[in-house]
Amino acid sequence: MLIFLAIPTVLAVATGFVTEDGAFTLANIAGIFDPTVLSTFVSSFWVSAVTAVVGAVVGALVCYAMLGTRADGALRTVIDSASSVLAQFGGVMLAFAFIATIGNQGLLTRLLIEAFGVNINENGPFLYTVPGLLPVYLYFQVPLMIITFMPALQGLRPQWAEANATLGGTRFTYWTRIAFPVLAPSFFGSLLLLFANAFSSYATAAALISQGSQIVPLQIRSALVSETVLGRENMAGALALGMIVVMVVVMWGYSVLQRRTTRWMS
Amino acid sequence: MDVVTPSPVTRWIILGLVGILFSVPIIAMINFSFSVPTGGYTVDHWTALFNPDNARTYRQLFQSIGNSFLLAAVTVAIVLLILLPAMVLVHLQFPRLKRVLEFICIIPITVPAIVLVVGLAPVYSVVVKVLGGNVWTLAFAYGITVLPYAYRAIQANLDAVPVVTLSEAARTLGANWLTVLGRVLLPNLRRGVLAAAFISVAVVLGEFTIASLLNRRNLQTALLQIGQSDPWVAVILALLSLAFAFVLLLLIGRLGSVGRKQTS
Amino acid sequence: MFTKHAIIGVSAVALLALGLTGCAGTDTPAAGDVDAATATSAEDFGGIDALVEAAQAEGELNVIALPDNWANYGEIKAAFEEKYDIVINDADPDISSAEEIAAADNLVGQDTAPDVFDLGTAVTLDSLDYFAPYQVANWDEIPDANKESTGLYVNDYTGSMSIGYQSNSVPEPTSLDDLLGDDYRGAVALNGDPTQAGAAFAAVGLATVQSGGTLDDFTPGIDFFAELNDAGNFLPVNATPATIASGETPVVFDWSYNNLSASTTVDGWKVTTLEGPVYTSFYNQAISKDAPHPAAARLWQEFLYSADAQNLFIVGGAYPVTIKALQDAGTVDQGALDTLGELTGDLVTPTADQAEAAAATLAENWAAAVQ
Repeated sequence: MLIFLAIPTVLAVATGFVTEDGAFTLANIAGIFDPTVLSTFVSSFWVSAVTAVVGAVVGALVCYAMLGTRADGALRTVIDSASSVLAQFGGVMLAFAFIATIGNQGLLTRLLIEAFGVNINENGPFLYTVPGLLPVYLYFQVPLMIITFMPALQGLRPQWAEANATLGGTRFTYWTRIAFPVLAPSFFGSLLLLFANAFSSYATAAALISQGSQIVPLQIRSALVSETVLGRENMAGALALGMIVVMVVVMWGYSVLQRRTTRWMS
Repeated sequence: MDVVTPSPVTRWIILGLVGILFSVPIIAMINFSFSVPTGGYTVDHWTALFNPDNARTYRQLFQSIGNSFLLAAVTVAIVLLILLPAMVLVHLQFPRLKRVLEFICIIPITVPAIVLVVGLAPVYSVVVKVLGGNVWTLAFAYGITVLPYAYRAIQANLDAVPVVTLSEAARTLGANWLTVLGRVLLPNLRRGVLAAAFISVAVVLGEFTIASLLNRRNLQTALLQIGQSDPWVAVILALLSLAFAFVLLLLIGRLGSVGRKQTS
Repeated sequence: MFTKHAIIGVSAVALLALGLTGCAGTDTPAAGDVDAATATSAEDFGGIDALVEAAQAEGELNVIALPDNWANYGEIKAAFEEKYDIVINDADPDISSAEEIAAADNLVGQDTAPDVFDLGTAVTLDSLDYFAPYQVANWDEIPDANKESTGLYVNDYTGSMSIGYQSNSVPEPTSLDDLLGDDYRGAVALNGDPTQAGAAFAAVGLATVQSGGTLDDFTPGIDFFAELNDAGNFLPVNATPATIASGETPVVFDWSYNNLSASTTVDGWKVTTLEGPVYTSFYNQAISKDAPHPAAARLWQEFLYSADAQNLFIVGGAYPVTIKALQDAGTVDQGALDTLGELTGDLVTPTADQAEAAAATLAENWAAAVQ
């Protein structure tokens, strides 16, 4: 088991420190600070952050809307299953779905032009650039939020609501002074999870964007494929290291918040 | 309690809006699968998939789909034969190792597939020499990828069922370990195990990164490839896979609710 | 108890692994006294017939990145399968030359590794370590300038860089500057990434010479695409038959043979070659050093350079490397050649040095230009 996790990870990171001939070097790491590569890290951050925040808010709203429905009811089961599927919805299939929707010949593209005269490709192609990744990523971010956050909302004890009512509080005070503080760790934990998910996402972008490497996973792709031509051997290893650093920080934050959540829930 | 739950109006506005937004791409895909570039609609794209004349063109596609199912089966086997016993063991015998096991099973999220694959290529060149170059060896890597999901599914079940009590009771009644495992624990863990199995299948079927960058052929890489020559078949297959995964996960939901009723 | 379980578990896994190893099977090399993997010509096999036998014993050929509608490869592959009764396993038709080499790396030692490559110039020059030398039977018919002296790689066919466009949605472009206009918003695509794919590399080459530059320095070409990107006209999508058919890529820089092929199947697709310098470049055929089917790979090369296949290239809109020899011997498919027309105009093609320099320039500057 560990063979397939520990060794590849070590190898991936280690190759970042080695040149073609096997000598130790920091040149590849320095390569990360190349403006083009740095800007891909920025793009990755930006996309991940935006989709994490929007996904978290929308997902939380849907969870809220589901409060009070029967746990085994049809509505809940359907939304649960749909969310599970969409959260795992392979990137390739997602790409096709959005090409059919907002690609150059997409259903929505044409509808918008015919009905409202609005052309989303007015200033250049939308779907195939980094901003175009936003709606696509949201498609799996929101379901992921629903899956991870729902248990927290379900953990809100009715006793707290009753206590709030007994002490003369309103709906507003309940939410602001009881529910939000309790839910905050879980909410922000889930948000971090969403960020990690978007940051490490490869398949969707790979299926949509075939030119250039606007986000870090795509940079790794071109580093792996064009090792011979680009001559920057082992750049992929350096990039992998960069990604792992980010992920470790994010996941550490997530586990800290998780521990605080369980404190209230148990 | 009225303070907590939203009013039906709010509920339906939120769910309705989000529901509509999320069904647009699906509708677009369905629309596309029936459309002709010059305008108009046709069922030809759907029938083409099952037309024996196109067998040669789709030969690789069906082979890749077969690969995906084989990989799913082997991955599930790995989960059931390695992860499940380990988790049960830790739960029963080594409760202190629980944190460690949990940590190990969360790590795969920290090391995303795209990073893992950078280091996997040299590992697999060794694997190929030892176990042959067949595609099922990818299942080892997939076993790692599904670890967090399978772990969560089985753990939730393990926490809900009084495993320790049950096994001790069975032991005092004279059962040996095999009986305890097979006839006492497994039936109670059925929900979690099935959930883990189904999730693993869904993840494996949707996996693209590792297969693509190691040049192996599975459902997703085949989809991408066929999408570059015949976009309609690709969209149709995507819709079918989506429906298949949805039904699969709906079944878990039903199983979960059935189990819940029986447990009290 | 733990130990007992552990022992059972470990032995089960071990048995499983052993069993599966047995099932995996070993690759028995083709029977015979000849090591096909080191043969450098048909004579090493004892004649063409012996080569055919050895190839048929292998029974399969793994090709990669050979789309059916690329210079008529579809017909060529079908003809090969029929003539020799060898099954062709067609992998990854739409990947780039660089990805072909990456696949060879990833699949080394496996049954699915590619047997033969068809690569653009830049990638070929960089990947000599992957090739095995081989000289086909009609080696002398190939001009010296079109082959590497030991047969590591050989030119196979060429065409000119052209612009294909969907006449139902966009007007005909008559110059590079036209493409910077509003009519082409989000419309112009390449066939691949210039740092990986020969066709895209050539597109930048065409842009270079059309912008008044020379093939010594591809910077003017890169600058043009940067301008195109700033204007919002550049579409970072690989043009494929699917995108052309569905209309996602209304304007495509691609080889004449590819655009011509699209024009026969897609309603409204037209092809134009810009006035001024015409960029041409040969693709290169090579045999993989670690080919799982070495005899079949060599037979494939023999077949490709035979008159049958070379004429099929003409049908596909490409100019085969032995065209002079075919015309001299009178075996050329004159009808197809007449339909295609001669390759005329101010033809430019990069030398090996120019290609290497261009590859370096692109590696440094392309990503930033189209960000």
